[in-house]
Amino acid sequence: MTATSLPAAEPVLEVDDLRVELRTPRGPAHVVNGLSYTVGPGETVAVVGESGSGKSVSVLALLGLLPARVATVTGRAVLQGEDLLTMSSDRLRQVRGPGAGMVFQDPMTSLNPVLSIGKQLIEGIRAHSDVSKEVARRRAADLLGEVGLPDPERALDRYPHELSGGMRQRVVIAIALSNSPALLIADEATTALDVTVQAQIIDLVERLQADHGTGVIWITHDLGVVAGIADRVLVMYGGRCVEDGTVDDVLEHPAHPYTRGLLGSLPDLAQPLVDGRVPDLTTVPGLPPPPTDLPAGCVFWPRCPVRSDPRCETEQPPLAVLSPGSGGLEHRAATWCESGADR
Amino acid sequence: MTAVPTPGGTPAAPTPGSPIVTRPVRPRWRETLGLLARDPTAAIAAVVLLAIIVVAIFDTAFASQGPNEQDIANRLQSPSWSHPFGTDDLGRDILARVILGASVSLKVGFLSVGLALVVGTLVGLLAGFYGRWVDDVLMRIMDMLFAFPAVLLAIAILAIRGPGTSNTVIAIAVVYVPIFARVTRASVLGVREEVYVRASRSVGASDLRLLTRHVLPNAAPPIIVQTSISLAFAVLAEAALSFLGLGTQPPNPSWGLMLAEGNEFINRAWWLAFFPGIAIVVTVLCFNLLGDGLRDVLDPRQRTLMAGGGR
Repeated sequence: MTATSLPAAEPVLEVDDLRVELRTPRGPAHVVNGLSYTVGPGETVAVVGESGSGKSVSVLALLGLLPARVATVTGRAVLQGEDLLTMSSDRLRQVRGPGAGMVFQDPMTSLNPVLSIGKQLIEGIRAHSDVSKEVARRRAADLLGEVGLPDPERALDRYPHELSGGMRQRVVIAIALSNSPALLIADEATTALDVTVQAQIIDLVERLQADHGTGVIWITHDLGVVAGIADRVLVMYGGRCVEDGTVDDVLEHPAHPYTRGLLGSLPDLAQPLVDGRVPDLTTVPGLPPPPTDLPAGCVFWPRCPVRSDPRCETEQPPLAVLSPGSGGLEHRAATWCESGADR
Repeated sequence: MTAVPTPGGTPAAPTPGSPIVTRPVRPRWRETLGLLARDPTAAIAAVVLLAIIVVAIFDTAFASQGPNEQDIANRLQSPSWSHPFGTDDLGRDILARVILGASVSLKVGFLSVGLALVVGTLVGLLAGFYGRWVDDVLMRIMDMLFAFPAVLLAIAILAIRGPGTSNTVIAIAVVYVPIFARVTRASVLGVREEVYVRASRSVGASDLRLLTRHVLPNAAPPIIVQTSISLAFAVLAEAALSFLGLGTQPPNPSWGLMLAEGNEFINRAWWLAFFPGIAIVVTVLCFNLLGDGLRDVLDPRQRTLMAGGGR
């Protein structure tokens, strides 16, 4: 809606050097360390990485949803020409909804158990447009129809516990979309769902995206999903972007050892069998570094299987352009590893 | 659970192949009442309380003689047909006075707990939701109130403001505000972190909306239980204060005051103190039993257990 009025080249969201620091009993935790990316209209950016890599925190920080008493957020995050990180709390409240909608991971906990579906949808609609309850209710029913809930009129009066997980997630998506946001943030939106429902939800988001030109940030650790929906991929590790580029560049020619590790831990059904058996999956040994105690050099150094460069341990590798990439998007990776982009 | 059509709602027209479970849309409070009715102790307590409340409301209709009507010729009569609870030292009908005492006790109980509920819940809600300095300031004030023994605090307030029914209400309310504040705050602290609160914030809901629509309703169960239990203690506190001569003033009847008056004659006329005493015991017991029942019903884990394994 709003996105179409913008020039096509203008990104919906431009994040520049986003840093989040959390105060913890064990000292300051550097959860996000200088993250920069853009999301264009109609574009899907997948943010991948394992648990604790700072994916969720980085998007919660965008909408000011981190508790202010523990989180310090710096950098710039410009949504449709306005910096989310410096705007007043009143303005931010106006932006939440029409500017950016958010879908949370677990549909079992992201709906209020004591309110009917309709009330929760109408709440989001009426928070931003001065419409009567009847109009809002009709729009709510339309939204439920749009996300594929059967019999939307009746579903409005149902309570969350009466719906299945997939149905609830559709409701959550309907709420996030209720103000036609320019940006949709899906934080592990399909992780808690089974694969068939997951596929339906992904279809749904893609269809809505095509209809409304919404920019999407899709946070996941499922590379299968990434290959299916993303235009570009951003691989996060230790609160940093370690590799980004188009989905083809990153998934076909991973340059960072961590990205390779992630891809290696996926079963490849096209791969020929070895002695009639599926070859063992590789794993990335060890755990991500605690954000209170990040390594001085490359964040991945302690777990890196190919570390050889003397700079690995002491110096932070910059995000270097590897190739101009397809579709005008550079393929970049932050590694001292010189072994080339191809396996 | 039987799959009957929605009572009073839209006619149930199950769409073929609809994955939505066809379960009757039952408001939560109806479900709560249904579960409460299955707990015989709580159900009986609720019925007895309801009876006491009805009697207290229509007080004069149940008494043959005015509560302050004196009949010196018939003083200290033991229970009989004309005076089922006997008469006191001034020939007043004890039954009439117990009934009027019920309306005084319940009025003081409901008003004081209502006042404490409103103020305490508001304090706890703000302290729990906003945290930081709001929490510190509000809860330290509550801690100061908590530091006094309850009855001592009430006596002190009545000593300052003078005895009387309305001051008794204020005194008991002040004693219960910190209890409601603590219960509410603890409950809010848990609810505040729920994803749906964050989700609602993410579509632009205001703080007021978050508090009234999302936080308070989900934090309510322990507050409801606390209300029922506090009512028991408020009735008891009113009796205690009146017994000490600080609450309801003679000649108006109050259970505590009647106990004090009957005290002198306990060897000769046991009914003077016995019937108001029984009234206090029954009322307090019923509020407590109802509170226990509500606690069981409103605890979500127990709730599923009971709803699932129901006969």
